[in-house]
Amino acid sequence: MTVRLPSLRALTLSIAALTGISAASHAETLSVVTFGGAYEAAVKQAYFAPFTEKTKHDFTFESYSGGLAKLQAMVQAKSVTWDIVDLEMNDALRACDEGLLERFDAKLLGDTSDFLPGAISKCAAVSMVWSSVYAYDSTKFKVAPTAIADFFDLNKFPGKRGMRKSAKGSLEWALMADGVAKEDVYKHLSTQAGVDRAFKKLDTIKNQIVWWESGAQAPQLLADGAVSMVAAYNGRISDAVKQDGKPFKIVWDGQMYDYEWWGVPKGAKHAKLAAEFIAFASQPQSYAKLTQYIPYAPPRTKAISLIEQKRLDELPTAPANFQNALKVDAEFWTDKGDALGKQFQNWLTR
Amino acid sequence: MNQSVLAIGHQPMPTELSMPGVQHAAAAKAPADLYRRARQRAAREAFLLALPLLIFLLVTFVAPIAMLLARSVQNPEMAASMPQLTQVLQKWNGQGLPDEAAFAALGAELAAASESGALGTVARRLNFYQPEMRSLLMRSARNLPDAQTLLWKPALIEIDARWGEHETWRLIARATTSPTPDYLLEAVDARVDSSGSIVPAPAESAVYLKSFGQTIWTSAVVTLLCLVLAYPVAWRLATLPAQRSSKLMLLVIIPFWTSLLVRITAWYVMLQPSGVVNSVLMSLTIVTEPVPLLFNQVGVLIGMTHVMLPYMILAIYSVMKNVPPTYMRAAQSLGAHPVEAFLRVYVPQTLPGVGAGCFLVFVIALGYYITPALLGGAGDQMISQLIAQQTNELLNWGLAGALSAYLMVFTVAFYVIFNRLVGIDRLRLG
Repeated sequence: MTVRLPSLRALTLSIAALTGISAASHAETLSVVTFGGAYEAAVKQAYFAPFTEKTKHDFTFESYSGGLAKLQAMVQAKSVTWDIVDLEMNDALRACDEGLLERFDAKLLGDTSDFLPGAISKCAAVSMVWSSVYAYDSTKFKVAPTAIADFFDLNKFPGKRGMRKSAKGSLEWALMADGVAKEDVYKHLSTQAGVDRAFKKLDTIKNQIVWWESGAQAPQLLADGAVSMVAAYNGRISDAVKQDGKPFKIVWDGQMYDYEWWGVPKGAKHAKLAAEFIAFASQPQSYAKLTQYIPYAPPRTKAISLIEQKRLDELPTAPANFQNALKVDAEFWTDKGDALGKQFQNWLTR
Repeated sequence: MNQSVLAIGHQPMPTELSMPGVQHAAAAKAPADLYRRARQRAAREAFLLALPLLIFLLVTFVAPIAMLLARSVQNPEMAASMPQLTQVLQKWNGQGLPDEAAFAALGAELAAASESGALGTVARRLNFYQPEMRSLLMRSARNLPDAQTLLWKPALIEIDARWGEHETWRLIARATTSPTPDYLLEAVDARVDSSGSIVPAPAESAVYLKSFGQTIWTSAVVTLLCLVLAYPVAWRLATLPAQRSSKLMLLVIIPFWTSLLVRITAWYVMLQPSGVVNSVLMSLTIVTEPVPLLFNQVGVLIGMTHVMLPYMILAIYSVMKNVPPTYMRAAQSLGAHPVEAFLRVYVPQTLPGVGAGCFLVFVIALGYYITPALLGGAGDQMISQLIAQQTNELLNWGLAGALSAYLMVFTVAFYVIFNRLVGIDRLRLG
């Protein structure tokens, strides 16, 4: 009996410790979902580690490749295991419309006058500005490509092209390469004639296109020599250059930039802490810190002065890079995405 | 009767049966009854033993599939979020524009759904029918007039002229009807037009029939390739002495045990332009520039054949092992040429294995997803990739359910054909 009693107490204590009842600490563990890869590594260093240091709350990470299916299933089943989710623009918009996200209180951010227009929605806040660009292997070409039209020019720049297998992006680029001004791209895409024109332009390089679906594949295709030019997220290319010393160069002409968002799933267990984290990550210092690890731009001007000039030049929003930049129209894509996606699918197998 | 007595000879006999003085007829009836009861008990025990598995299958396999299939004909969104409008439209005759009651219900419920966050779901549902339905609803909800509005009809038409079009209301009315045939039609590139007849989808947005064709074609070619490659291997395995054949068998089994993703990635490395295969071909100067082996049909066929091969080998081998080698010798000693003996005596005896292998490979290949996604090109989309896209990206679970339903119908059809030709009881592995 005398032997048993302490062991029982030890057991209770360890259970208490495991379930976090222990009086010693109130630290929680929040579950975060991101697109993984270089971006996850960067946000861990720039946003999450400093937040943990400040508050002692910890994070676990999971990666996904976008889409709302899992989020919707969790919210419908009322068993939400995610606390913070990294959302693409159109997913953030739709998730908010469909009530899959907790409301975000902009008051947590303090002064928000310097944010880019539309960077705070009623359910989410922008985590960074990223861009779809194309990159090439500088050892492959004697003359460097400089314009979006060069991506479609197989005579001057022979070789395979890597592109994301989606109507979004492919159609806009095709029109821009065909001479449509960036302001008119979505006007054209609203008509069947404009869509046909885009597919006709894509037809000219169709048999040279290698399609990718996950962001990490893009720099890999270029590194493997499977393509000579690849459409990619700018951060992934910079990461391949910086980490692996690849001879890749980015062409900024015709870049399509978009916002990336932090959202909190409806019914998340740590919703309050998650909102605190988002507020922390939306401070100018946090945004500036992110650019040290990956060249994604801050959505507020106060962060700009905190970034070194050399790094500023590598951001999508740097003046030299931003001359012919198209903002992806998320409203357009949530409206027309289904229909254009089908036409794109049909065109792929034609 | 003799039979039943013999049969119960093995059952434990209750003592009263051996009591003297029991009439002959009664004695005959009692054992039969007892036998039946013993059998029932045995069946009950067997059922209880299998019960956990049955429950497991029911919960994790049958129920989700049934729910997914049910989604292909359900239309729950409108009824849940706009019950009043649904009710009004159910009574609408479908001619011209509905009356003021429908517009009033729409106005009231647009406001309510927008408030509760349910509007997004309705908007998404209607957008499946026609692009820009979503923005029509969203914009109308934002610009709703005051609740005191006397007439909703002109007010809503003023916000957007599309509320004055018959087509808009026809589609909304279709979305309120459950069960609906629309997803099942869309999955075969068809739809119901405004005159109520079924018409094919416009050529530029027809997707699914072609993909079903592609899926069946790819599965058939993979099955054939597997058969050609597996038959000689299985024959060698079955005819070698046990010790050597078990070593050879390891070569078949180890890939079978290796993670699917590892194997696909290995093929990716092998087949890429600067990969092993192309390097060898180029260093031997067989080709001057890399042969495209990846992101096309070739890549998919190589990858899938490699993954499926063990199934085929094991299925054929298990049958071949039981074919007595004496038959071949007998045929030859009776004067048959070895080739003739092989074709006319040996091969027919292995057909059950061939049938089982082909069935397994074909059916598994029908639902294949990851290999075509990683090694295939744009033209090699299998139907499961489109199902995944509908489920994950477009959130059109009704259409995903409809596509899955057709895929399941195919699978069942092939099962029936196989069962007719070969018999499912002959299916065994190893």
